[in-house]
Amino acid sequence: MTTAEKYVTAAFLVVLAVVLLYVVIYSFKIARLQREVEELADQVAGGLERPETEAADREPERVS
Amino acid sequence: MSLRNRPGPALAVSALALLMTAVALAFYWVPNDANQGFSQRIFYIHVPVALTSYACFIWGAWKALRLLWRHDSAYDLESYTAIHLGTIFGILTLATGSIWAKISWGHWWLWSERQLVLFLILFLFYCAYFMLRYSVDEGPRRERMSAVYALFGVVLIPVSFLAIRLAQGFIHPTVFTLDGPQMTGQIFFVFCLSWAGLLCLFAALYQTELAGKRLDRSLRELRRSMAV
Repeated sequence: MTTAEKYVTAAFLVVLAVVLLYVVIYSFKIARLQREVEELADQVAGGLERPETEAADREPERVS
Repeated sequence: MSLRNRPGPALAVSALALLMTAVALAFYWVPNDANQGFSQRIFYIHVPVALTSYACFIWGAWKALRLLWRHDSAYDLESYTAIHLGTIFGILTLATGSIWAKISWGHWWLWSERQLVLFLILFLFYCAYFMLRYSVDEGPRRERMSAVYALFGVVLIPVSFLAIRLAQGFIHPTVFTLDGPQMTGQIFFVFCLSWAGLLCLFAALYQTELAGKRLDRSLRELRRSMAV
């Protein structure tokens, strides 16, 4: 491999490396967002279940 | 529009196909340049990357102009995303240009070259955009300041592009003149292929990053409203 070939290959590899680094960093960010969405979904589901159970607990009191 | 309906994956596949074809043709089909020999092949990545960087900054400025015109904060994220990607392509332009300079001129960088210095100024100007953006609290004021800054930055692009053509005594090659591209049909074809691939890559990354940023913003707003 000549010096020119090494430099040209390096230039193309630099572009590939930076794009791959960007994709890796962004995939971490997407994974974090996915976790946050799941956490929020759990919180919302917990919030929806609680009033139902509270209503069920209160019902016998209303009957009596 | 849901994430599934976005053209991101199609653009990413197109970018990959176009860039792989361009690289294969650049290495195995295009003949060696009479003056620079094999090292001229950096042209197929360096120039399209630089032009894509300009395209990103122009797109960011266009979105900034629309924000100022329509007072719609949705354009703020679009402008910011385009400028962010433009800065990444700017890093690549400087890196590939530096490698080319080392083979052709024997130096990694030449301060006497106006085009290199002007591109560096443009790049640093957009780096300062992020410093400005994150020094101001989120809100309409930050959006307006970022938009005005992005519009000022785009003025530097024609300066960077034309200065070298108006100046005398440069060694940086100029292939795009008023008489058209100064290259053979083969070289021009591979150059166009590579640039199309990089524009598709920009569009794919722009769609993905924008979707992520919008989701991030929506989540923060949702958390705030849940906390109240």
